[in-house]
Amino acid sequence: MITYAALFAFVCFALAVLMNLWKILSAEEIADRILALDSMFINALALMVLYGLALGTEIFFEAALIIAMLGFVSTVAYARFILRGNIIE
Amino acid sequence: MITEYLIAGFLIMAGIFGFVGSFGLIKLNDPMSRLHAPTKATTLGVGGVLLASMVHGIAVEGHLSLHEVMITLFLFLTAPVTALFIAKVHLHRHETLKSLPPAGEDGIWATHDVEPEGEEEKQSSA
Repeated sequence: MITYAALFAFVCFALAVLMNLWKILSAEEIADRILALDSMFINALALMVLYGLALGTEIFFEAALIIAMLGFVSTVAYARFILRGNIIE
Repeated sequence: MITEYLIAGFLIMAGIFGFVGSFGLIKLNDPMSRLHAPTKATTLGVGGVLLASMVHGIAVEGHLSLHEVMITLFLFLTAPVTALFIAKVHLHRHETLKSLPPAGEDGIWATHDVEPEGEEEKQSSA
């Protein structure tokens, strides 16, 4: 049963990543692009944790933590660049 | 048996929330409501996956792992910060003084509180 539930979650998050990609390509505002990029990071993180759960290894948690950190830093850097024209002043 | 149902339930909840969060990003019309959908629902989705992973670690593999708590804590700390920054980008780039509601006792929204180009030069030369 866990296998089927994990498959369902895999399909849901994969569709979510595709929708984020579509939003990045088709967005009119730059704020939407940043938002779609941020949620793409979070969905990729969920996929990674799910993959670790399906395989039964713990090696993906470190990778997921690094992805989470990179996602936060890149989103803030992008937003700051739009707001101030500079990332570190 | 019960833990199996619990893990499956968490996984299905996480999948639905992750899907709905990204669907809202496409579907909603107003930029500020688009901000609402992914930042809340996707965090709940990842939270569901991490809860399922934790229960799986305790019940199936037989040991408690705290990596999930670390990831959850990090996400819950950073999600509001990124949401704030994205909202500020929207206010800065796509709103004018007239399209915003009044700012209350501050008088003007901070991102629009800049002096006009000419004034600045006049002050620096004086």
